[in-house]
Amino acid sequence: MSTTAPTDPAPGLAAYSEVTAGEASLRRFLHGLPGVDQVGAEARAAGLGTRSIKTTAKAWALDLAIRMVDLTTLEGQDTPGKVRALASKALRPDPADPSCPSVAAVCVYGDLVGEVKAVVGSEVNVAAVATAFPSGRASMAVKLADTRDAVAAGADEIDMVIDRGAFLAGHYLQVFEEIVATREACVRPDGSHAHLKVIFETGELQTYDNVRRASWLAMLAGADFIKTSTGKVQPAATLPVTLVMLEVVRDFREATGVQIGVKPAGGIRTAKDAIKYLVMVNEIAGDDWLDPDWFRFGASTLLNDLLMQRTKMTTGRYSGPDYFTLD
Amino acid sequence: MARIDVRKTYKLYIGGAFPRSESGHSYEVTDSKGKFVANASLASRKDVRDAVVAARKAFGPWSARTAYNRSQILYRIAEVMEDRRPQFEEAVKQSEGGTAAAARGQVDAAVDRLVWYAGWADKLAQVIGNANPVAGPFFNHTAPEPTGVVGVLAPQSSSLLGLVSVVAPAIVTGNVAVVVSSYARPLPAVTFAEVLATSDVPGGVVNILTGDAAVLAPWLAAHMDVNAIDLCGVAGSAELATSLEVAAADNLKRVRRAPDAEPDWTLDPGLSPMTAFVEHKTVWHPIGI
Repeated sequence: MSTTAPTDPAPGLAAYSEVTAGEASLRRFLHGLPGVDQVGAEARAAGLGTRSIKTTAKAWALDLAIRMVDLTTLEGQDTPGKVRALASKALRPDPADPSCPSVAAVCVYGDLVGEVKAVVGSEVNVAAVATAFPSGRASMAVKLADTRDAVAAGADEIDMVIDRGAFLAGHYLQVFEEIVATREACVRPDGSHAHLKVIFETGELQTYDNVRRASWLAMLAGADFIKTSTGKVQPAATLPVTLVMLEVVRDFREATGVQIGVKPAGGIRTAKDAIKYLVMVNEIAGDDWLDPDWFRFGASTLLNDLLMQRTKMTTGRYSGPDYFTLD
Repeated sequence: MARIDVRKTYKLYIGGAFPRSESGHSYEVTDSKGKFVANASLASRKDVRDAVVAARKAFGPWSARTAYNRSQILYRIAEVMEDRRPQFEEAVKQSEGGTAAAARGQVDAAVDRLVWYAGWADKLAQVIGNANPVAGPFFNHTAPEPTGVVGVLAPQSSSLLGLVSVVAPAIVTGNVAVVVSSYARPLPAVTFAEVLATSDVPGGVVNILTGDAAVLAPWLAAHMDVNAIDLCGVAGSAELATSLEVAAADNLKRVRRAPDAEPDWTLDPGLSPMTAFVEHKTVWHPIGI
């Protein structure tokens, strides 16, 4: 999935070239998007969270959720050894059960991409955070160098942060151009490109309307994935925010024919939560998105809970945290 | 006009809170003569699951407290029980029958037992721990450490003294407990939970589930995150007890086996209820450093 050659914008996207031509037209378009009904979105998300998923459906959902995990460690204290251990876990999350699938990707800081790559090879993707993660406060040159470094080190996916300051100040074109430039920095010498995930840090965007605007902005700029949060700010991913983003990618595909992925990250810790998200993906965006290529969980502790629930389903008895590695 | 009775439905005690059963089920509790007294929540396997999670969370901080502090807290439970003596006496008399004097005697014995165990908190290590003579320049100490999460099937007939006699020894050494109360006589356990909630016992250290031990015990015995189990509550059902021991073997749980019949709780319990749920840790330390 990370090796699709860059092509001309899809015919549907071309219709939006006028929108992105200038600051004024972009603002007019983003502010012309219909507002989000906050109460409605929250009620809908809460309602979908009450669905009961049991037995074979639950087993299927757990395996899918494991395959969707971007196993993440983004700490200042990450050592090469710890990252290699995490990469091994990504390959075989449950060493006691060979039927357990691998996760989708390992997400680390750019300088540790090589360590992960050495362990996982091409079996699991390597995602690197870039562009002065998590604050996004650096000059454009630094952000692009950060991105190119990670791509050169072999990252399959780049998780960039937008400049929330510029976005909140209304400098939409600046944010747009940063995403476009980062997308260009993701291109490898052979012409293929690393998948670009754009992080909004929805906890700092204040309103659902802003989330919807940021989503459209990122998708028009060429994002492959839109991602809720860095995991460093509370609140991180929530069901209603993800619901808004799923609605946007659904609408975007209807309008342009281009499918974009969604990645909630941060704060998803239990298998129960993960299944609530999957229900929402199915109900809002549709089952085309029920695939690791189009939906991901940015998480670290979630994986252990998924494994515990999976073990409970296969053995019939409750498992405990003693039987799975600490990240 | 006659006052309408308040028909109570008591709840479970998990992680310091009083939730209803996840299943939504409850059952009727009758007194010794078969008359309706109240409803109690009928705990399900998912309540067991939640209780174990709550207990595991509480284990670290509780076991890290000083023995002296645990002692104070057990003593505090006894104090608060003393304050609620009439309620306990009535609950015991209602569920076990017998005279008011007998009920009073059982409450006395339960409070005394708590005080007795409270005293043991900082003394057990001195009695069963050891300084071992070794052939080398080392200090060599053995000290008891708590086992972890203990599943406790409380006795079915002695609703208060029996309950206290299995819960107190488990927690005084730093373990945390998931307790399944007597099925037919749960109300003293419910009142005991209310006492725990108001006597400085951190949430999750004792979790009390009212329900059928025959249904809940297999989940507790097979649970991989439970470190030990006390099978007292299935005394007399040898077949069930054996199947629980087999399930408990999967993760090498410590098992305190079910007696053939419920013991006489008024006797001196000895140290075995405490020593059943400790691990002996031996430390070598070089002399002169």
